[in-house]
Amino acid sequence: MKLDLEQLAHLAGQIRRDVVRMISAAGSGHPGGALGAAEIFAALYGHEMHHSADNITDPGRDRFFLSNGHICAAWYSVLARVGYLEPAELGSLRKMGSRLQGHPSREKWPEVVESSSGPLGQGLSVANGLALANTLSGDRGRVYCLVGDGELQEGIIWEAILSASHYGLADVTLIVSDNDLQIDGAVSSVKGIQPLGAKFNSFGWHAVEIDGHDTEALIGAFAEARAEKSRPTAVIAETVMGRGVSFMENLAKWHGACPSADETAAALEELGAAPGYTDYPPLQEVIR
Amino acid sequence: MTFTSPTGIRNGFGQALVELGRTNPDVVALTADLADPTRVRRFAEKFPDRFFQMGISENDMIGTAAGLALGGKIPFATTFAIFGTSLANQPVRLHLGYNHFNVKLVCSHGGVTVGPDGATHQAFEDLALMRLIPGLTVVAPCDANEAYKATLAIAEYDGPVYMRVGRIDTPIVTAAESPFTLGKANVLRDGDDLALFCVGSMVPTSLEAADVLADRGINCRVVNVHTLKPLDEKAVLDATRACGAVVTAEEHSVLGGLGSAVAEVLCCLAPAPVEMVGVNDTFGESGEPDEILSKYGLTSEAIVDAALRAVSRKGSAG
Ligand SMILES: Cc1ncc(C[n+]2csc(CCOP(=O)(O)OP(=O)(O)O)c2C)c(N)n1
Repeated sequence: MKLDLEQLAHLAGQIRRDVVRMISAAGSGHPGGALGAAEIFAALYGHEMHHSADNITDPGRDRFFLSNGHICAAWYSVLARVGYLEPAELGSLRKMGSRLQGHPSREKWPEVVESSSGPLGQGLSVANGLALANTLSGDRGRVYCLVGDGELQEGIIWEAILSASHYGLADVTLIVSDNDLQIDGAVSSVKGIQPLGAKFNSFGWHAVEIDGHDTEALIGAFAEARAEKSRPTAVIAETVMGRGVSFMENLAKWHGACPSADETAAALEELGAAPGYTDYPPLQEVIR
Repeated sequence: MTFTSPTGIRNGFGQALVELGRTNPDVVALTADLADPTRVRRFAEKFPDRFFQMGISENDMIGTAAGLALGGKIPFATTFAIFGTSLANQPVRLHLGYNHFNVKLVCSHGGVTVGPDGATHQAFEDLALMRLIPGLTVVAPCDANEAYKATLAIAEYDGPVYMRVGRIDTPIVTAAESPFTLGKANVLRDGDDLALFCVGSMVPTSLEAADVLADRGINCRVVNVHTLKPLDEKAVLDATRACGAVVTAEEHSVLGGLGSAVAEVLCCLAPAPVEMVGVNDTFGESGEPDEILSKYGLTSEAIVDAALRAVSRKGSAG
């Protein structure tokens, strides 16, 4: 799928509207990080990754790991918008019996969720292991892993960062959603992790630092990663928590808070939804 | 390949892994800076492309093994029992448990017999920790021959496994032709006065105790429960019903291991007096393995005493 920049912007907007409506319908969830990663998901699924909703388990496909599982509303949304599920099913997020668990579950949705996530820090190791298996088997798919910046305080991530450079896993691309916020406040005040570019470079990675809301820059960074033949690439994407909803932007509170009915209406209006919002089927609880 | 004289249980694993390297191209191995102690070194030398040295990064090793399994490989991840099950408990729970990836976690140095290294290296709780994870098969072979067979069997089985293998030389009590089926306990000696359930390195010790008890007129049915999970409930119930009194023996805490597993079944289905031989909810210490075994009551004498207690309680409320 190769959407142009205008289509990617539209897709990112759609993801944001979905995220707000899904979390509002669920009554709980993590809107902040999800809104901040809309362009990352749009660029990955709308342009960069080789994948197809018509052939979900194609062995040659590129693979994606959401290590920061709490922002899964945005992931489920992009999956719906590129054809992996009916948009109406997004309304089942976090509901009993749904495939769309509060954190991504391989048990509940094995064709799509490569590895369950939720406990922060676990994704990159699995991505590395898959890249090693691909090398042994001669499969050429690339492997993408998304993490939050606070998540980089986990020790296992740095073990995996060492492994990826030690084994020269050039097919691995790590994307950091660098919004400088986590639950207890600013990452820099909780336990600083900067400078990330210098850290990744000194760990033997190829670091690219970009504006994470600029889809053209994201596409360029992914192209650079593809061209790199000996080192893994870290795309350090500067993002804004709550991006697109002014009262959520840059507030740690919105890491994991549910908007009220009024806040939902205000957020949707800001996100370009017309009153009575009908540009796609209304969210319903569709349990599969 | 048959072992005839005392040797580390881990040696059966190391030999079988090399055999698997030859016969199954999907088998890969990982270690966390413990290639020699876990006995993966020979596999690493013979099949360097399929061996991944992960450094001292047990959490990352489990995650990497998970990714290899996702990519269709059959990874054997190796380290010491305490690090594989306790330090790396979160990725083991996530990947071997919840994701149900086909990873074989094989850990040496389970139990007290790490000896002089002391309490930080001794794992009395690994079997309990692994038994608590839904969907995980838990195996502890009793000698090097059984470890050889168990290794081939868990490679064949499509699902996650924890296998504990011992470090120090222990007696050989099974033969090449002895049966081994995952999940099926083996009766090593018949008797109808006392059911003696044992696992791992305590199997030879239990056989010794059974000899002593036979001289005293107590005939033990010695059951080697090499697969702790799924537990062979039928073997446990049959032996208990036939004998009416039970002793369990394990180089492990009495909390959460074989003793607990047996008691969990019996209290519901066939109440009987049960005495547990194991470590009594405490840490270990430095010492030679035999010194530690005797201080913590993991001896044939302790089994004999427990057996006498269990038999004397027969007919009481259980
Ligand atoms: C191992 C682990 N510890 C703690 C948590 C609880 N938790 C969930 S999200 C989060 C903060 C994550 O921060 P960041 O990665 O920056 O993501 P963002 O807040 O930007 O979405 C924490 C501490 C967790 N999920 N996993």
